[in-house]
Amino acid sequence: MSEEIRLMKGDEAIGEAAVRAGCKAYFGYPITPQNELTAYMAKHMLDKGRTFIQAESEVAAINMVYGAASTGARAMTSSSSPGISLKQEGISYLCGADLPCVIVNVARSGPGLGGISPSQGDYFQSTRGGGHGDYHTIVLAPKSVQEAADLTYEAFSISERYRIPVLVLADGLIGQMMEGVVFKDEIDPASLPPEPFAVGHQAETGRPNRHVTSINLVPEELEKQNIVRFERYGQVKKELTRYEEVQVEDADLVLVAYGTAARVCLGALQDARRKGLKVGLFRPITLWPFPDAAIGRLAGKGSRFLSVEMSMGQMVEDVRLAVNGRAPVDFYGRCGGMVPSEEEVLAEIERILGKRS
Amino acid sequence: MEAAYSHPKSLVPVQSKYCPGCGHGIIHRLIAEVIDEMGLQARSIITNPVGCAIWADLYFDFDSVQPAHGRTPAASTGIKRMLPDHLVVCYQGDGDLAAIGTAETIHAANRGEKFTTIFVNNAIYGMTGGQMAPTTLVGQYATTAPYGRDPDVAGMGYPIKVCELLATLQGTKYLARGAVNNPVNVKKTKKYIRTAFEAQMRGEGFTMVEILSQCPTNWKMSPVQSVEWVESSMIPFYPLGEIKNTLQPDPAAAAAVKPAGVR
Ligand SMILES: Cc1ncc(C[n+]2csc(CCOP(=O)(O)OP(=O)(O)O)c2C)c(N)n1
Repeated sequence: MSEEIRLMKGDEAIGEAAVRAGCKAYFGYPITPQNELTAYMAKHMLDKGRTFIQAESEVAAINMVYGAASTGARAMTSSSSPGISLKQEGISYLCGADLPCVIVNVARSGPGLGGISPSQGDYFQSTRGGGHGDYHTIVLAPKSVQEAADLTYEAFSISERYRIPVLVLADGLIGQMMEGVVFKDEIDPASLPPEPFAVGHQAETGRPNRHVTSINLVPEELEKQNIVRFERYGQVKKELTRYEEVQVEDADLVLVAYGTAARVCLGALQDARRKGLKVGLFRPITLWPFPDAAIGRLAGKGSRFLSVEMSMGQMVEDVRLAVNGRAPVDFYGRCGGMVPSEEEVLAEIERILGKRS
Repeated sequence: MEAAYSHPKSLVPVQSKYCPGCGHGIIHRLIAEVIDEMGLQARSIITNPVGCAIWADLYFDFDSVQPAHGRTPAASTGIKRMLPDHLVVCYQGDGDLAAIGTAETIHAANRGEKFTTIFVNNAIYGMTGGQMAPTTLVGQYATTAPYGRDPDVAGMGYPIKVCELLATLQGTKYLARGAVNNPVNVKKTKKYIRTAFEAQMRGEGFTMVEILSQCPTNWKMSPVQSVEWVESSMIPFYPLGEIKNTLQPDPAAAAAVKPAGVR
């Protein structure tokens, strides 16, 4: 780890982390609020003699990723919400072909063109697969520039370990704000071991043909393939589920929030504690797999929950599934690019705990 | 005695699933022959398209990648950029290339991506059962043009001449149109494929060979009628030949005439 602390925008820190992780190919299409990421990749990938293409669309970009990933290269694309919608076809194919890759969504508000301000309205799309068919992507949700860099860096190896695309879901605030960040060591793409599925280089290896594909017209076989993939998902749930807990042990009310909303909640928690209210914070870092067992444990201890989101209420459904009727689950959200304030969240906490001041 | 004619090494010796009289099989063979002649079998990758040729990975005896419908040039871009010393064959039908994948085709061509597109123009959607394609001729029947393609009716528009369309783009270096309806055209088409593959391996830019190909099943014709229809109806509209050739003069020939010592 190089200990130099750099002051950087989230978008650029994500780019630097990807370059350091040995990303060999980046394909993107301009969209706010992630333009700085595409521009950063243009400069730094080209400087390093790696592949950068400004694609003609997000559809093309994700399918370039599909091609590059087929060769075993670390490949990446990034976009913001409307562009991520366009990538869903490609993501479904990547999942169907069991190809690794990294996709970054610096999310903005919707639906439709919506706005360019931060939002968490893409939670359903991110955690339910997003495209057609039975699949999931791994979803990592950073709360800071540092965590955005760290999760992006790690996303490549996680994706390769499980052969599942990893989606880094940041919101526009994380992408646009500047914070201090320390980067991990640079990985030389040439030092990475060849992937067991990669096409190319038959001349050197003399191995049998490899076919990267998602098609299978035999129902019995396709069902089996999906079952095997879901067994891998089970393994991911066991090994990768991540979350952060703050003062949950004695909490009467646990705030559940991720990304920017979790930072707001941390402030509200501190205010509430000063007022003597026993409030905790549960912050999922992996949105898929969702840390339902950990939330279930808290529900069993008698805490009630408040899901705070920059949406009309999406993650709250997962919280309710995890709680499974054992405790009340409330929701507070702002949307359309509005970020909830600490005061608003505190007022909601006080309302729920019946101590409106 | 030397074998004058045998099964290409780059083609798996199996019976294909293509319909009797279909052009895909001939085109597969031509590609395989050229790859064998260039000694590139173990350094070739085909992107088999969504369409009848999705089965190409069963037949070509080397690696393959199967992308989404129309995204074949985008995937080929990713592959070729990672493996620039490999022969990447972007195999596409007319629906794949000129309808759903038009943007990917035009921009890969415009970037001068260094793979070769083999564009199988059978003037119909084969795999889905005979719907109108962007290359369906005016007056030609399709399940979705039940009274024949009429440019003015139901937004059917006009057949697209893809080589001519792409010829204006500076990234395109070689665009040829062949056919596989008779031995003479088959031989010429093979020559175009060879020229394109050689240019690809020299890294010259975007190369494409469009091949007029018969689809007796969906044209509702016998195989014999279908090769005749290519001659009588398709070729007059889609002229054969090298539509654009801005390749460097043959480097081997150029080297041969260059006196020693001159750089
Ligand atoms: C997104 C999407 N839309 C539609 C289809 C259905 N589909 C499969 S093949 C095909 C047409 C293929 O026609 P063409 O590209 O001309 O190739 P051919 O089968 O004639 O060789 C279509 C529309 C699909 N697989 N995916």
